Amino acid sequence: MREIVMQMDNVTMQFGGVVAVDSLSLDIYKDEIVALIGPNGAGKTTAFNVATGVYAPTNGRVLLRGKIIAQGHPTGKMRHLYAGTHIGEYNKLISHTPDKICQMGMARTFQNIRLFKNMTVLENVLVARHMRLNAGFFQSALNLNLHEERRLRRECSDLLDMLGLSDLMYENAASLPYGKQRYLEIARALATDPRLLLLDEPAAGMNPQETDELSNFIRKIKEDFNLTVFLIEHHMNLVMDISDRIYVLDFGKLIAEGTPEEIQKNPAVIAAYLGVEEE
Amino acid sequence: MMRNVQSNTYGQPAEKTIKLSTVLSALVIMLVYAAVFVAEQSLPPTSMLFTVLKKGATYALVAVSMNLLNGFTGLFSLGQAGFMLLGAYAYGILTIPVEHRDIVYQYYDGGIVQFALPVIPALIIAGLVAAAFAFLIGLPVLRLKSDYLAIATLGFAEIVRTIFQWDKLGFLTNGSNMLREYPTFTDFNIRNAEGEVTLYLSTLVPFIIAGICIALIVLLLRSSYGRAFMAIRDDEIAAEAMGINLAKHKQLSFCVSSFFAGIGGAMLAMYQNTVQAKAFTSAMTYEILLIVVIGGIGSVTGSCISSFLFVACSEWWLRFLDQKQMIGNFEVPLLRTGFRLVVFSIIIMIVVLFFRQGIMGTKELPDLFKPRRKKPKAAPAAAVAAAPVQAAAAAEAAPAAVEEAAPAEAAAEDAAEAANTQEGGEA
Repeated sequence: MREIVMQMDNVTMQFGGVVAVDSLSLDIYKDEIVALIGPNGAGKTTAFNVATGVYAPTNGRVLLRGKIIAQGHPTGKMRHLYAGTHIGEYNKLISHTPDKICQMGMARTFQNIRLFKNMTVLENVLVARHMRLNAGFFQSALNLNLHEERRLRRECSDLLDMLGLSDLMYENAASLPYGKQRYLEIARALATDPRLLLLDEPAAGMNPQETDELSNFIRKIKEDFNLTVFLIEHHMNLVMDISDRIYVLDFGKLIAEGTPEEIQKNPAVIAAYLGVEEE
Repeated sequence: MMRNVQSNTYGQPAEKTIKLSTVLSALVIMLVYAAVFVAEQSLPPTSMLFTVLKKGATYALVAVSMNLLNGFTGLFSLGQAGFMLLGAYAYGILTIPVEHRDIVYQYYDGGIVQFALPVIPALIIAGLVAAAFAFLIGLPVLRLKSDYLAIATLGFAEIVRTIFQWDKLGFLTNGSNMLREYPTFTDFNIRNAEGEVTLYLSTLVPFIIAGICIALIVLLLRSSYGRAFMAIRDDEIAAEAMGINLAKHKQLSFCVSSFFAGIGGAMLAMYQNTVQAKAFTSAMTYEILLIVVIGGIGSVTGSCISSFLFVACSEWWLRFLDQKQMIGNFEVPLLRTGFRLVVFSIIIMIVVLFFRQGIMGTKELPDLFKPRRKKPKAAPAAAVAAAPVQAAAAAEAAPAAVEEAAPAEAAAEDAAEAANTQEGGEA
């Protein structure tokens, strides 16, 4: 039995009367590349936001390497509004802020790029190392941790070197071309020392050639950094190319799960993407 | 003094230019200090220049502390006057000599505090008191964002100001009466046995206190914590996703900023010779906000330069606008009490409309000595094609910012230099 890195158990996320994610269960095993696909508005990014602690799940729970990182059940007004299932199974409320979850080894990128725009490329990556700082506040604030600071800079410039961004190290992050900004976001996520990397539409806005480069890149970092990758993507070429397994969401519900070959043949998936003919 | 900052241009491509620009900046700062020292020994101590320099140094520290919060951490707080008040009162209460307490606290039987501390410990305690209050207020208030945070902190400052005038607390705060008789800047002058001043230090000492505090803030900004603050400013959601604890770091920035605002308040108390709570109005906070905006939000150097310019204008250079001026037999129209403020408002509007970056933008002193950066290499065609809009926007923004900031900062430097040399000439 392979080790499960992340597990979602019957996660339901409901906003008011809208069920964005409906009792989603999925397992991500170590060293896998798993894709989450689905038509627009299917609830993919919401699922990511639940996993990374941005939203607390309305019902259900999320485990990272066996530890519960989020668990919830409907409370307050939601008790009457709740339209999902599995009620009463998750009675304890557990929630961690995104920074805590990141420290536990889950890093992410964003669908709409969120770099620190007024900082240089190197600084963007250095920020991600901040939580691993050994020096205390006063030691760091008085610049007494010179050795550590030098080591951090070396590590980060090595990382940028590996990812082919070292010649842009001192450029302002906002002045980078769009494609490079996407890579920088991944570099920044890698600097947090993650076990599990969540990529939210990494190929958005890329042309076919760049998309190919990206899929090689994702494979490479997965090997080099010993990662498990969980990604949302609309470029089917990329998804079918690199994924070990695929989950398909439609209207918040999981409609299919399997290897790329299985998903391509699955009638439910084809129906969700292309629509079904009315009789 | 070390005031050489590279806030958002950390590593620079060439090692040598860092060294040179740092050395040159250190030299400039040392020259300023030397000029202050020489001017103080050679000019009459009543010269308006010293008023400006003392108050300017005080305001520079408070403006930098506000910039740490507003410009570097992105927390729009307007509580600075409240924290200055706390610092000023803490300093005053702790340093009034025991023999003077009966006179100062004449309505409150000499007050409850019956000891006096030396200046330096009192300054540090003044900062700590402000920081402690900031910590308590930060717990609920820092959950708010942008305008709401500003309103809440402004409210806090008003509450503090009122409470300190409450006569039930008079045994500590002297109610609405003023605190006085504590050591002021003039007490730093070294006197001989006859009481004649042998060495004037009353301007240099505030410069040194402010310099040390600003250097500490600069060190903080250069550290990993400083980067975390700037990350929060640039994108809170991304910063949190990258493992930065928002509550903790906002609280830290708020407390550190208030600590130095407290010390700034204590310096203001020293400058004014008396302290009265009713002087710490929200107008004072706005003055400091103005200094920060004029200097450039996100530039320590800018805040320092603009605080001296601001104080010089408001206390000195624009004073003539408040009096009747005659040219021959012709009386210049409009000049009367209050006209100075009109001119001031117009200057501010011009700054906000045409120099939105302020004097320095986000640049610091060492950046001025660096060779102009070459334009970034042309991006690979494929990448640009993917998102022409973003790339173009970014490319446009960068040089525009540089061009905008350059003339303004040169002018400011000239003005500052002129102020120094002009005074030397008059003597």
